[in-house]
Amino acid sequence: MDLFINKISKPNQLLISISVVCGISALCYSLSGYLDYKVVAFILLLTVSIVAVLFDIMPVFVTAILSALIWDYFFIPPHFTLQVGTTEDSILLLMYFVIASVNAVLTYKIRQIEKIGRAKEERANTVKLYDTLLNSLSHELRTPIAAIIGATDNLQSNNHNLTTRNREELIAEISKASFRLNQQVENLLNMSRLESGFIQPKKDWCDINEVIYDAVKRIEENNISQKITVNVNPDIPFFKLDKGMMEQIIYNLVNNAVQYTKEDSEIDIIAHCHANALELIIEDNGKGFPEEEIDNVFNRFYRLKNTKTGGTGLGLSIVKGFTEAQGGTVYLQNLKSGGSRFTIHIVTQTSNLKSIKNE
Amino acid sequence: MNKAEILIIDDEAQIRKLLEITLQSNNYTVNQAENARNGLITAENHPPDMIILDLGLPDEDGQSVLQKLREWYTNPVLILSVKNSEEDIIKALDNGANDYLVKPFRTGELLARIRSALRNSATDEGDTIITCGEIAIDLEARTIKKNNESIKLTATEYRLLSLLAKNEGKVLTHQYLLREVWGPGYINQSQYLRVFIAQLRKKIEADANRPEYIITESGIGYRFISKEN
Repeated sequence: MDLFINKISKPNQLLISISVVCGISALCYSLSGYLDYKVVAFILLLTVSIVAVLFDIMPVFVTAILSALIWDYFFIPPHFTLQVGTTEDSILLLMYFVIASVNAVLTYKIRQIEKIGRAKEERANTVKLYDTLLNSLSHELRTPIAAIIGATDNLQSNNHNLTTRNREELIAEISKASFRLNQQVENLLNMSRLESGFIQPKKDWCDINEVIYDAVKRIEENNISQKITVNVNPDIPFFKLDKGMMEQIIYNLVNNAVQYTKEDSEIDIIAHCHANALELIIEDNGKGFPEEEIDNVFNRFYRLKNTKTGGTGLGLSIVKGFTEAQGGTVYLQNLKSGGSRFTIHIVTQTSNLKSIKNE
Repeated sequence: MNKAEILIIDDEAQIRKLLEITLQSNNYTVNQAENARNGLITAENHPPDMIILDLGLPDEDGQSVLQKLREWYTNPVLILSVKNSEEDIIKALDNGANDYLVKPFRTGELLARIRSALRNSATDEGDTIITCGEIAIDLEARTIKKNNESIKLTATEYRLLSLLAKNEGKVLTHQYLLREVWGPGYINQSQYLRVFIAQLRKKIEADANRPEYIITESGIGYRFISKEN
């Protein structure tokens, strides 16, 4: 019912209520040979009640008054006048009006209570969201910082007790931790860019093959064990897209697959052109996503239940944000063979200049 | 053998310290300034072989420091900044920066950029043969050889490759390349550039998808690098 009210604007609610009352009245009038005017009163009252359940207070009041007037004018004898013949009818009309109004007022009160309830719920959700955010953020930022501080402390004050191997390991930890920290900060900066609402894609001609390989190169710098395969038709046209956003989308999706699949898993990147649209597929042969959580994975700060620690739940929401900023859609499905498939679909200009005259 | 003198203009003591250690241990002589004013004075009193400039200085915008330097200073200027937007980078390159590195950076990358910038400024304009790794470009004969085997290039491909190679190590912006190779009327036709870069890579790279000579700088331009660098 809430949906009904939220979806239809107030003027439209008013218009619908008035037409419903007029329609029902017309129907009753055409059947007035068979219906007593007192029965008509109940039918109209029922109409007002239904309107009251669906709509806001203003349309309900208008419906109440209008239906009372219609009943009086067309149905209470003498017809076609607002005069009421008998005392009994006067009482009926008055009661009609009171009941209809009570209907409207009660509706209004229920709405108010609902509204307060909703606000409370929203607030609770926001608090929950911030708790999740603070928890995952403080974990994600503090862990690498702890590693850096701990390792440097050791190198500074415990240096003479360390073997060369210890020292090398500590230095490697510092390097790993700073890389992770940098990646999280990058995610947060991207997220705040998206949140600010000012994000405008800078579209230019993109060689999608080049974009994919640039992202893959960045991933492979982290010495991953998974095998990444790129499959792009050499004749694929150029697409007008924001190259930076596309690279980040591919990087985040592949990185996600790298984080959550076993060693030596396979990750495939496939790009097609479908009638002025780029279709980009990134799939892996891991264990896929729990079906009941698929709808949530693109939400900010959402982390899969029972997942290993690490990650802020920002990567996939940035993918969604950057895809939608370019007018595209992203879709996730589990594969029957196991593993998951992300499909990005962006309609944009294409250019087949690859066959340009080479002078 | 280096002994080149490098001036660091950066307000962050930590970054200056890191650069000092990195550069001195690689045989460069280092001078430092913590703000724009001191940086400009030091540069003028004792012109260095190269300047590493931060854009976020406390007393003056780094871009305007760069413009002031470029009124008289012709040696390489490398920008080292946390600003990573394409606009900032292109603006700095247009203002005469030889290169741009975003913080955080890898020291190996920084040293490679410094080497190629210094090598470039030392290159004699009269040189007619450019050698980069397996590739040799003879500017007079207008021929390209890879591992001593001739590579056939079209006129446009040759113009593009020789322009990139003459500026080895330096990022050339899309607009600059389009203007120089195709003409001022083409500066918005970036798809031409994409086509010809892809073709050049097929001809000179071992794997066109993993280029080692012509490197893409996303949203900015291309850089030609010499493999042994």
